[in-house]
Amino acid sequence: MDKIANWGKSDDARVEDAIRRGASRRELLQMMLAGGVAMSSGVALLSRATDAVAATPVSGGAFKAAGFSASTADTLDPAKASLSTDYVRCCALYNRLTQIDKAGATQMELAESIESADAKVWTVKLRKGVTFHDGKGLTADDVVFSLKRHLDPAVGSKVAKIAAQITGIKAVDKSTVEITLANPNADLPTILALHHFMIVADGTTDFSKGNGTGAFVLQSFEPGVRSTMAKNKNYWKSGAPHVDSFEFFAISDDNARVNALLSGDIHLAAAINPRSLRLLEGKKDFVLSKSSANNYTNLNMRLDMAPGNSKDFVEGMKYLVNREQILKSALRGLGDIGNDQPVFPGNIYRNNDLKPKPFDPEKAKFHFQKAGVLGQSIPVIASDAAGSSVDIAMILQATGANIGLKLDVQRVPPDGYWDNYWLKAPIHFGNINYRPTPDILFSLLYSSDAPWNESHYKSEKFDKLLVEARGMLDQAKRKEIYGEMQAMIAEEAGTIIPAYIAGVDALTAKLKGFEVNPLGGMMGYNMAEYVWLSA
Amino acid sequence: MNTLVPTLVLKRLLVAIITLVIVSFAVFFATSLLPGDTATILLGQAATPEAVAGLRKAMHLDDPAIFRFLRWLLGLLQGELGTSYANKMPVAALIGGRFVNTMKLAGITAVVSVPLALTVGITAAMLRGSAYDRIVTVLTIGVISVPEFMVATIAVLLFAVYLGWLPALSLANDVHSLADVLKIYAMPVITLTFGVSAQMIRMTRAAVIETLNTAYVEMALLKGASRSRLVLKHALPNALGPIVNAVALSLSYLIGGVIIVETIFNYPGIAKLMVDAVATRDLPLIQSCAMIFCLGYLILITAADIVAIVSNPRLR
Repeated sequence: MDKIANWGKSDDARVEDAIRRGASRRELLQMMLAGGVAMSSGVALLSRATDAVAATPVSGGAFKAAGFSASTADTLDPAKASLSTDYVRCCALYNRLTQIDKAGATQMELAESIESADAKVWTVKLRKGVTFHDGKGLTADDVVFSLKRHLDPAVGSKVAKIAAQITGIKAVDKSTVEITLANPNADLPTILALHHFMIVADGTTDFSKGNGTGAFVLQSFEPGVRSTMAKNKNYWKSGAPHVDSFEFFAISDDNARVNALLSGDIHLAAAINPRSLRLLEGKKDFVLSKSSANNYTNLNMRLDMAPGNSKDFVEGMKYLVNREQILKSALRGLGDIGNDQPVFPGNIYRNNDLKPKPFDPEKAKFHFQKAGVLGQSIPVIASDAAGSSVDIAMILQATGANIGLKLDVQRVPPDGYWDNYWLKAPIHFGNINYRPTPDILFSLLYSSDAPWNESHYKSEKFDKLLVEARGMLDQAKRKEIYGEMQAMIAEEAGTIIPAYIAGVDALTAKLKGFEVNPLGGMMGYNMAEYVWLSA
Repeated sequence: MNTLVPTLVLKRLLVAIITLVIVSFAVFFATSLLPGDTATILLGQAATPEAVAGLRKAMHLDDPAIFRFLRWLLGLLQGELGTSYANKMPVAALIGGRFVNTMKLAGITAVVSVPLALTVGITAAMLRGSAYDRIVTVLTIGVISVPEFMVATIAVLLFAVYLGWLPALSLANDVHSLADVLKIYAMPVITLTFGVSAQMIRMTRAAVIETLNTAYVEMALLKGASRSRLVLKHALPNALGPIVNAVALSLSYLIGGVIIVETIFNYPGIAKLMVDAVATRDLPLIQSCAMIFCLGYLILITAADIVAIVSNPRLR
């Protein structure tokens, strides 16, 4: 046997533990083969991140952080923001009406209250004494302008489809706004917490100044290169931000990002590749922060094309997915087991009673025989564009081969993947990011007219339930309906969600106040306002 | 002096211009073959078929390709590089600072690597067969065989992570003093010098050795010329053509081929800009970058050829 380079103390412990539990030789071998063995290594040092929160904040210091993607398309216009780097900048410069806290609950930010009697007409009361960077005070007109922008096709808002339900918006007085929806939607306060709904000043057409009400004032911004910001001395939240300046840029190369952190050039490196965790293991000056599971990579079988049009084939595939192994080896343990429906763990509407289908090759074989697909070569499209999909496909291929199912894994380039393969190929992978409400997820991915209906799933009953739940202010009743819909998706749709994936950010131990947020890595992209640097 | 040299030079310049036109044609049509559509990429999740169609029309994407090409070429001739699809900024403004950064990196690398390579190459040729020559040969082959990303990564691990002498990133916009220049450019320049000078050393050595084997050098030797006079006065002028060509080829790589160095050191240069542009299907930006790379390459090669023509004693 070759020398194993990728083996650490945590792996020793894991194997020892397995032997103590009475693992067979076969199990042990499998464990070693599973993706370089290192599944528990990252998780072992994640626990250290928690003590960062306890101490009292210190003022001052220049905070430097590196994200993982940037391009010349970078923007300071919140409506057009599309990459994590855009979100980070927008969060530092602007505020939203509402915010999602670390527990996933909706909190007020620029709004003092958002209320409605029928979930259709909403009254937003604005906080007083808030000013923009240029000194102008925040009024209802700014909110009306900011929200109306999304309805204008010329703006090209990324949330135009979600905003389309807003049919009327007007300023009642200087600090009150009335929003009218086409149909009742009890989720409005949560929807307004999306990054795109940041509030900009009335009449803004030039976004290069980043004039917002946020914690930092823009100093320089070069798309695709970097942005620098200084503390907003007049910030309306008392005591924030703690750092004097914030510099943000992207380092796309995984190793280079970790090296920059190790050499002290940056305080935080976002989205560490599980493979790079080894570089940081055992270094006490650095901590890793595991964000809550906020995206998933799923296998899509189109129900309107062969072989997905056979119910037995889809059923068989659901039994063939070894979720444990995928979580352990493809994702190195960073995530949660998935139960084939899109509502993320930790969401208040998640149906936790819905159990994932067990890994059962015999049952899978039975269904494949019924569908008559054994012996055929079945193409499966995977790509690095959908994170870990190549690894997941290889695992499926290997388990399939054991029962005579020939999966022909075709690895295609990430460039152009979403245009050319996703939603199109009969069997392919997708990758979906966190969305705060089931309604957004379902109308985006599973209703009959959903723009991203990955498996072309159609159900009248599902569509009816979706509209019914949307306008319901009674939360318990809503949870029940959403629970039923999640069961329908897991059972009927052609999408397999083997696991929900958590990201890992790496930070120097000097950086304090960093927490996780369900909206995504880097504290829901909102870290700059909250962190501080200890001496 | 006869008229042969100016004629040859003019001919060479004409060839360069014709090449440039052919290249522009190739660049334009190769980029329009890229998979994916700018309109859908720009609209992202909000894309409806109507919105895509509208945007395509507004951006003249559905005009026949030849019209788009001619319009583009006309713009280029007037120095009008167009507007970026991705962020509506003028392409010239996007390229400006990044191009200057790339030229700075290329310039510093050239200043370091060219004298180094020529000195090592010529001395190795003079001392052919010696231990020094053999060491140089082995080292240059060794260096050529090591990929750039490896050199760069090892340099970062050693000098930034373990020793902490240099920053792991080269943020070119942070230069305020000479010390900053040294700190920020040290690692990228070392990495690039490794790659380009190895080539130059080998070619210089080969060219000088070849001329040393000719009859007129043998004649000079018989006349009793010293070894250094033999090389510097008799052999080198005749080897100048191939040497300048080798230098030009190596340096042309510095304009567009430094993508790995730019990525690893997060250096804001033009090669990375073009990779970004490809990812967003930002055609005006891709095309302008491609033209700049081709232009830089052509200028260097043409200059090398002209030097070769002018320095050729047989044409005088």
